[in-house]
Amino acid sequence: MQNKLKTFNWLGLLNTLSPVIALFVVFELFVLIAPSSFATARNMETIARQTTIVGIAALGMTMVIISGGIDLSVGSIVALSTVVIAWLLQYAGAGPLTAALGGVAAAAFFGLLSGVLITRLRVVPFIVTLGMMLVVRGAAKGIGREQKIDVDPARLRWLDELLASLPAERSWMLLPPGVWMMIILAIAMAALLRYTRLGRHTFAIGSNEQTARLCGVAVERVKVLVYTLCGAFGGLAGLMQFSRLTVGDPTVAVGLELNVIAAVVIGGGSLNGGEGSILGTLVGALIMTVIASGCTQRGYPNWVQEIITGAIIVIAVAFDRLRHRRTA
Amino acid sequence: MAERIETQQPTIRLQMQGVSKRFGATIALEDVSIEVAAGGVLALVGENGAGKSTLMKVCSGAIKPDAGQMWLDGKPFRPNNPLEARRAGVAMIYQELSLTPHMSVQENIMLGMEPSKLGVVLWKQVRQRAIEAIKEFDNPELTPDARVSRLSVGSQQLVEIARALAIGCNVLVLDEPTSSLTQQDVERLFEIIKRLQKQGKAIVYISHFIEEVKRVADRVTVLRDGRVVGSPQDGQAHNDVAAISSDEIVSLMVGRQVEELYPRSERHAGEVVLEIEDLAGPENPKFASLTLRRGEVLGIAGLVGAGRTEFLRCLFGLEQVKKGRIKLGVYTGPASPHRRWMQGAGLLSEDRKEEGLALSLSVADNVTLSRLKGFGPLGLVMPGRQDKATRQWLEALDIRCRGPRQSVLSLSGGNQQKVALARLLQHDVDILLLDEPTRGIDVAAKALVYKLINALATGSPDEGRQPKAVLMVSSYLPELMGVCDRVAVMCRGRLGPTYRIDEVNEHELMLEATGK
Repeated sequence: MQNKLKTFNWLGLLNTLSPVIALFVVFELFVLIAPSSFATARNMETIARQTTIVGIAALGMTMVIISGGIDLSVGSIVALSTVVIAWLLQYAGAGPLTAALGGVAAAAFFGLLSGVLITRLRVVPFIVTLGMMLVVRGAAKGIGREQKIDVDPARLRWLDELLASLPAERSWMLLPPGVWMMIILAIAMAALLRYTRLGRHTFAIGSNEQTARLCGVAVERVKVLVYTLCGAFGGLAGLMQFSRLTVGDPTVAVGLELNVIAAVVIGGGSLNGGEGSILGTLVGALIMTVIASGCTQRGYPNWVQEIITGAIIVIAVAFDRLRHRRTA
Repeated sequence: MAERIETQQPTIRLQMQGVSKRFGATIALEDVSIEVAAGGVLALVGENGAGKSTLMKVCSGAIKPDAGQMWLDGKPFRPNNPLEARRAGVAMIYQELSLTPHMSVQENIMLGMEPSKLGVVLWKQVRQRAIEAIKEFDNPELTPDARVSRLSVGSQQLVEIARALAIGCNVLVLDEPTSSLTQQDVERLFEIIKRLQKQGKAIVYISHFIEEVKRVADRVTVLRDGRVVGSPQDGQAHNDVAAISSDEIVSLMVGRQVEELYPRSERHAGEVVLEIEDLAGPENPKFASLTLRRGEVLGIAGLVGAGRTEFLRCLFGLEQVKKGRIKLGVYTGPASPHRRWMQGAGLLSEDRKEEGLALSLSVADNVTLSRLKGFGPLGLVMPGRQDKATRQWLEALDIRCRGPRQSVLSLSGGNQQKVALARLLQHDVDILLLDEPTRGIDVAAKALVYKLINALATGSPDEGRQPKAVLMVSSYLPELMGVCDRVAVMCRGRLGPTYRIDEVNEHELMLEATGK
């Protein structure tokens, strides 16, 4: 019995770490074939910076997917968030913190709206958020009058530093503040999913909604919260996007939601709900950046990158299924 | 009926001989033999779990028997799957309809055997053959283009029958065909069965309802515990319906000794904890009133589809309450499941796979799901404390698993059921609503459940545990007789009066349940 227990835990550990192992393998592969600059600290920082936008948005998406839903409006929400932040800075005279919070709040509002529509109208999340994708994109364009909103560099203050490479005097930070934010948020989300009632209820709904209802879980309320959180994370991703561009661009991040969903799925999230992990999601996002970065440095054209990324998604999920059949 | 079947004697269409089937340690069928003649209707009756459905799954090819032989129109018949059986001429009309609701009647009838040329469906022929199949039924609702989802349940059933006829099936198995039909549809179905008889089809009719059997069938075979039981007078297994009384059929169905499987300590009924008056739901229940006291086990008997599950679900807020009054403890009126748990009631679902348990989650998650409070500071849920709480139940209920973190999916049925029960115990509810608490579990697990129910109803004043109130739905009469203090019967959505257990016997309950 003791022995059995031990092997079981080993398997469990291996299961949780398998996306990390996959990341390692992909990374080493590029170290072998890409120029020697690939494995440098500088390049790793670049990879981390490039992962941040998708990574932050994917934190919220992980929760949505665990609950058995999906959110297609994330790309539009990122764009909306950049536009709202720029508008607040440029036209409302807001400070950087107020502007950032405003962007996130606007994003969270649309997440809330999706959640309410899904639970009240009983329309599947795919459709509601598909509609919301267009609604939010439209709203972003409306706020920007179909144009980018440029912001006075003087008003930006620290807002353009979130994802910039660290200047020499602040190299003690190791990584740009935006990346740190992603890491801290990821830890918080992982804890929320594991140690709070909201988190456990999210798993229960995704695993079996009827059971959750039978057990007195307020299914509707949890779902609304989950989509609101997903919207808020979309808003934070928008903040990062804004920091990078320093303009409010309503046409940015088209199709980003698919990268975000891919990150969750590569990391072991199941579109049927009940499964997924924050660690896996981050690794999924990193794998995609590593491929992109490696291909660029190796001089592969864009179309090759896309084919490889597509193949990786399918292979990752197929492996995941295989692993499931083994353990079940 | 025989006069229209050309000149020859009614031939035996389907014959099964010495059919046996085991599932693991349980004997589902043992040496069962039946035969149905052309133009004959054989009724197959028995309690739930007696083996009726297993037997019919054998003849429709869904299950392979361990032993025994079958003949169809005198030729050996060994179907490997339902499709082969259908092609050979045996069709089963299932209780759950197996139609595609979004498609038209004609498409459903010809599904999977559409006449086609080079892959192109020949719609004219589809239509023609569908019309031929349905014209027999003479039902205005049934047109080739009608969408199946728009039809009444009765008409949908006819579409299924039409589908079987369209491929030329001569043996039709109807499994509880009337359980979800209105009285009018039932009459219509009986008409059609008569017509099919005249055409020389052989029909096997599975039912709980004795009065239906008496009307429709000409012979009846009773199954009990997987065996054919003979009639008391002559030991004949295939009884002539005209020659056997309803009472005799019921005796054959239940004739079983109650074992000392059911411990019964001295119980003291305390204050009223649940009062229900004239409760009605969206469809079922139509009418239900009862009172339940602390320290009491109240059983609800009845047949599958009588509305007992819906009754519990209404109580628990999983289905809408249309009418009536519920008073649970000090709380009046309907309430959501969330509230019911807080008010001290818990429901054990009859369907542990679909509803009762989140199968992919761990034992600990399932046991603690209804109340995730008190497992850590600040409302946090610390897995370690969840596990600790769960371990206590693993031991108390003898749940066999590797630990609290194992997923419920890999447990046996009995252990899964214990996990579902442990949730009510962990929540420490005062009123336990148990829907078929022993469905699909082995005898050892059943014994434990009975012991547990007894212990809960008795309480233990020395240890400061108050007696609980248990409301229990079961289709298995011996179980209700063994466990309950009082029992009521639900029949077609109506809950009858409650009897003290020493006032009634199984026979009377069965009669009431079958609508006699």
